[in-house]
Amino acid sequence: MESFFALAHGVTVALQPMNLLFALVGVLLGTAVGVLPGIGPALTVALLLPITFKLDPGGSIIMFAGIYYGGMYGGSTTAILINTPGESASMATALEGNKMAKAGRGGPALATSAIGSFVAGTIATLGLAFLAPTLVELAVQFGPEDYFALMCVAFVTVSATFGDSPVRGLTSLFVGLALGLVGIDKLTGQARLTFGVPELLDGVEVTTLAVGLFAVGEALYVASRRHIQEEVLEPVRGSLWMTKEDWKRSWKPWLRGTLFGFPIGALPAGGAEIPTFLSYSAEKRLTKYPEEFGKGAIEGVAGPEAANNASAAGTLVPLLALGLPTSATAAMMLAGFQQYGLNPGPLLFAERPELVWGLIASLFIANTMLLVLNLPLVGLWVKLLAIPQPWLYAGILVFATMGTIAAKPSVVELTMLGVFGVLGFLMRRFDYPIAPVVVGLILGPIAEAQLRRALSISLGDPMILLQSPISATLLGIAVIALILPFMLKGLNRFKMQED
Amino acid sequence: MTTPNPRRVDKPGLLIALALLVLAGLIWQDMSSLQLSSVYGLGPKAMPMVVSIGLAILAVGNAVSAFRGELPERESLRWTPILLIIGGLALLIAFVEFNVGFIPATAVLFACTSAAFGRRAFIIDLVIGLVAGLVIYLLFAKLLTLSLPMGPLERLIGA
Repeated sequence: MESFFALAHGVTVALQPMNLLFALVGVLLGTAVGVLPGIGPALTVALLLPITFKLDPGGSIIMFAGIYYGGMYGGSTTAILINTPGESASMATALEGNKMAKAGRGGPALATSAIGSFVAGTIATLGLAFLAPTLVELAVQFGPEDYFALMCVAFVTVSATFGDSPVRGLTSLFVGLALGLVGIDKLTGQARLTFGVPELLDGVEVTTLAVGLFAVGEALYVASRRHIQEEVLEPVRGSLWMTKEDWKRSWKPWLRGTLFGFPIGALPAGGAEIPTFLSYSAEKRLTKYPEEFGKGAIEGVAGPEAANNASAAGTLVPLLALGLPTSATAAMMLAGFQQYGLNPGPLLFAERPELVWGLIASLFIANTMLLVLNLPLVGLWVKLLAIPQPWLYAGILVFATMGTIAAKPSVVELTMLGVFGVLGFLMRRFDYPIAPVVVGLILGPIAEAQLRRALSISLGDPMILLQSPISATLLGIAVIALILPFMLKGLNRFKMQED
Repeated sequence: MTTPNPRRVDKPGLLIALALLVLAGLIWQDMSSLQLSSVYGLGPKAMPMVVSIGLAILAVGNAVSAFRGELPERESLRWTPILLIIGGLALLIAFVEFNVGFIPATAVLFACTSAAFGRRAFIIDLVIGLVAGLVIYLLFAKLLTLSLPMGPLERLIGA
């Protein structure tokens, strides 16, 4: 009941004209970048961080959330019409969606993904509104040792548990942790890993890392292998509307997709890929039309798309209630909060309820805006795909460097951008996941601070980590999550068969 | 995905392992130069130690997968576009360093990237980049009052 009143108050915040405008800008930008190949929501938020530095925090964060939701909608359009998913979360959608488009059923495919996203997004945001306060109540009792243990869980699940290779995932994470060490140690004032470069004393800027890895890295990667694949844009033919039959076949996958997406997104399990593929294989098994799978079955679009959006909302639960980012976009949103000196978590719910609940309420509004923007206007978004690739990437790089220059106008910063770009390129080429680097950079210093706080409270006794039941349980989970993928090496093979 | 080729040693994979090891050593060396000055609990050395050891272990792990040839297969790549983009970035950095200004720097990066993606109209792209740089400069430096690097061109507008 309490959340109900809080949410009602949030609605009044979200309905303020300025905040509506921020939400609209967010969903427009989000859809646009979702549609455009090569830029995802994480990069967009990263690019906008330095620009929004001087804007109102509440409004900016509403805008970032709009970008997150919008990116999920837009990504499906690209996945369906050109079979190159804008982000990995849309990969499952591309499987059936592109086949539908080739068979002249692109309209219903886009419709079922937009309506499914709306249904899933709305249910999952409701889930967020009711789950987050519960989690906050739990988190109030957390001591620093518990937070440290929680971050260990996030580190492991984001990098090792669900990726293709735990070794490569952990490698990415530790590179991120290493970058997080750079700068002045806050407790003793000593410089670590700065090599006498004064610009490094403040540490590695999250935006520089994210923009380098995502924008520059992606541009280098795509440019280097441009000769390999040619993209074909499927025109939207026929009716945009779904038939009665389509509705009948879609609504259950929507709900099932939501059930996969929200909990997995809310657990610190990282990413939307897992729920989308789970939903895809569930629909494949449950469908009454198994012969259509692989040729364009609407269930295979409806389910994963719903899962995709529901997991985006789910990711916001640990982000808002615990300050724990479990995806690259959530990590960038955390950086967004931090740039205004705000720390998501129980304290934020207590101190700035209008900001938190305004954000949650505006998610409902953003979701509705997205439905309107995507269904009738999909033709407009498709036109974005006509931007010639050279100009698109040239534009991305110009914005990337501008953001960096605006944040910190120094040659050192730009050089770091270039170095991170090459790193991002190499990581793509050798198939190392990128999100753990960003999560490691952001969470590493926080985890270190919590651990040191815990140990100074216990006068240096490390047993405190095991004496607190919460921390002991969480550390146990982290250890299991770390060992499990090594023990279940067959899991990968199993997953491949499922796909 | 194809089954990993068990006998081929992956040389780039070994290089990655080596780089991780170097990074681990670098962190360890830097850590050793810190002074322990914490009264209770952990000092500033603990975390670098953990990261350094972790990286060293992962270097071994990566080396093992390289020896087993477990790295994913890679497609052929072209170096020219990569060099063009990195060259564009290098020019941009040089322009900022020598106060040539934001707008020309942007134009050069735009044209280089565009060329990397296969366009054969460098001069036209340079002009487009100039216009784009000008618009961005006016929008962000004037409207959002962000500080962007100034050169002769920017001072001309800015006066």
